[in-house]
Amino acid sequence: MGITQTLLRSRAVEALTSPHGVDRYLELVNPMWAAKEVRARIVEVHREVDVPGHPPVATITLQPTSTWRGHRAGQHVQLGVEVHGARRTTRVFSVSSHEAGPGEPFTITLRANPDGVVSKFLVEEAQPGTIVHLSQAEGEFTLPAHVPDHVVFISGGSGITPLMSMLRTLQRRTHRGRVTFLHYAQSPEHQIFAEELADVARSGYGVDVHLLHPELGDPALSPAWLERLVPGYRDVPTWACGPAPLIEAVRKTYAAPGGEEASDALNIEYFKPPTVSNGAAEGQVSFSRTGTNAPNSGATLLEQAEAAGLSPEFGCRMGICFSCTATKTEGTVTNVLTGETSSLPDEGVRICVSAPQGDCSLDL
Amino acid sequence: MSDKITLTPEQLEKFGDEMDAIRQRVVADLGEADATYIRNVVKAQRGFEAAGRALFYLPPAWPLAVASLSISKILDNMEIGHNVMHGQYDWMGDPGLNSRMYEWDTMAPSANWKHGHNYIHHTYTNILGKDRDIGYGILRIDEDQPWHPYYLGNPLYAFLLMVFFEWGVALHDLEVENVVKGKRDWEDNKALAAGIRRKIKRQVFKDYVAFPALTGPLFPLTFAGNATANLIRNIWTFNIIFCGHFPAGVATFTLDEIANEDGVESRGHWYYRQLLGSANITGSKLFHVMSGNLSHQIEHHLFPDIPARRYPEIAEEVREICERYGLQYNTGSLGKQLGSVAKKIFKMSLPPKGTKIPGLSVLTGGRQSTPAADAA
Repeated sequence: MGITQTLLRSRAVEALTSPHGVDRYLELVNPMWAAKEVRARIVEVHREVDVPGHPPVATITLQPTSTWRGHRAGQHVQLGVEVHGARRTTRVFSVSSHEAGPGEPFTITLRANPDGVVSKFLVEEAQPGTIVHLSQAEGEFTLPAHVPDHVVFISGGSGITPLMSMLRTLQRRTHRGRVTFLHYAQSPEHQIFAEELADVARSGYGVDVHLLHPELGDPALSPAWLERLVPGYRDVPTWACGPAPLIEAVRKTYAAPGGEEASDALNIEYFKPPTVSNGAAEGQVSFSRTGTNAPNSGATLLEQAEAAGLSPEFGCRMGICFSCTATKTEGTVTNVLTGETSSLPDEGVRICVSAPQGDCSLDL
Repeated sequence: MSDKITLTPEQLEKFGDEMDAIRQRVVADLGEADATYIRNVVKAQRGFEAAGRALFYLPPAWPLAVASLSISKILDNMEIGHNVMHGQYDWMGDPGLNSRMYEWDTMAPSANWKHGHNYIHHTYTNILGKDRDIGYGILRIDEDQPWHPYYLGNPLYAFLLMVFFEWGVALHDLEVENVVKGKRDWEDNKALAAGIRRKIKRQVFKDYVAFPALTGPLFPLTFAGNATANLIRNIWTFNIIFCGHFPAGVATFTLDEIANEDGVESRGHWYYRQLLGSANITGSKLFHVMSGNLSHQIEHHLFPDIPARRYPEIAEEVREICERYGLQYNTGSLGKQLGSVAKKIFKMSLPPKGTKIPGLSVLTGGRQSTPAADAA
């Protein structure tokens, strides 16, 4: 850490810039200057695949501020963009590049989700030079410091990104063990990183790459098939990432015959499909901090929380004082005053005037 | 229903619907222009702050330094702090402009202030016994507040509150008057007081120790300059706020008056109370910015969470609606509203006609309560 950074993070500077904090001043001079916050400049936007009729996929190279603490292979980052200069929207993306240290550039690889504000903006509109907001790298779906001699990677769809980061890290670390890399995709045209994977398969040391397309007749994941490929796979450290159905299949495959629990060797991460609003008082409202769940009654979140026995802070109960603002982590809410609906994750909502539609999760 | 209410329940409902319609139209239209505006105000504020702090190194520029720092503090408190903490910019998703995270350059910790202001004052606006902003627990500012000889000091209290306004706002949340009356325990204040002490310590250190010390031998000048900037900000904010709530013609309410047949206040009546409980100040665009658009106190009370830069455009519609319903829209120049407030502060210091206090005639200039006056 340079002397400037040490100074900027000192209590003396904190006292002088109180109550706003030093970053609120630095960002005005140069958006890439920060003492605590993390931001990044987009350096490059590279189209991976572009199948007509399908959303394009791109790899974005990010140069983070010096406050970035680096990442371990398999971690993800929350990335926020201000689309059209106003509302900042934040989404989670896996890092696709190999592990890297503080302040070093890294990449994310993502598909432009047709309904996704952030991914569409990043893939289709963002230009080199654009500034985005970041969290530090997060997540425990990572490679251990000491990698076992044999590892299995199983991914589906865009679940390939964290595993690609792991594979690239192993290549860089000149891992001498064996890697079995399985990936399930809709069709060969949808395959991202195809060339690199082919290179690795050809020239890499001990890497077994299997790109599978069950829709075209390739075998689906099953204990018998995997046993043939990797004898004794239940005891081989495995990392799996992908959509919920694939993860379900992996779990079943890794459970001992007749048992329920998947083997301890299995590490998983899966993407939850976004909850779709159905405009009705159905589904579950979950209050994640207290671990309380209740069927959605259609009333405001404040009323539902109180009915569930919680006592969240509140004030005016009519949407003017913001005392009751809480973070909605998932789901769609309707503002009962304006009829406005919002589905953004990790969004502050006034629970006294917000009624959930369908499933909803609140940090209460 | 009270005789203060000039609208029928049906009219009140329609009135409320018209207000809701304004609100929805503006909320649906929020976007880049609003974001750019507040960011520019923040930039200007930081610029004035940096310039002010820097100019203290140049002794002949002292008045300029004070002016620059005063402008910075006024912008920070009014157009940025007050409005951001109302949640006006929460929709942007920017942590630097978020009501849950913003802290402002004044003695009152934002969390306490938001409770006393956004919740208590904005929910119970001008309801006697509920809204602690009616006289701030110190002043008699409404005829319906019972008179007490203590209030003879009304003008003095108002003057002191103006000079020490940021301290007054910080202490407001301790509800000292309620502790004195035995309605509140000192125990309830312990955590609050600790937070206030922490914030005051930081503010005092910054303005009265650290920045003066950084100017070395100019310490006394910088110290005095920072104190002056804080004072100017105090006087300005006090005056803007008092003109928004206490000029002649502003109505107060009692809990009984606001209830409809069901015992609750209708949405239309809530808007009605906000309208009649506030007053505007006319002025230039710059004046509105420097007052945090609280010169549009009426619109602010009707729509406290809509970005303040929208109040001027909303004001025209609100006025037109008021005319149609025959409702008073209290507005006037800064001079007129200030005069009106000052007059009230003096008038309210004296006992109402007919108050029976032996020997009071000396203080009331010969007015004397008599049994006949009581009967009348």
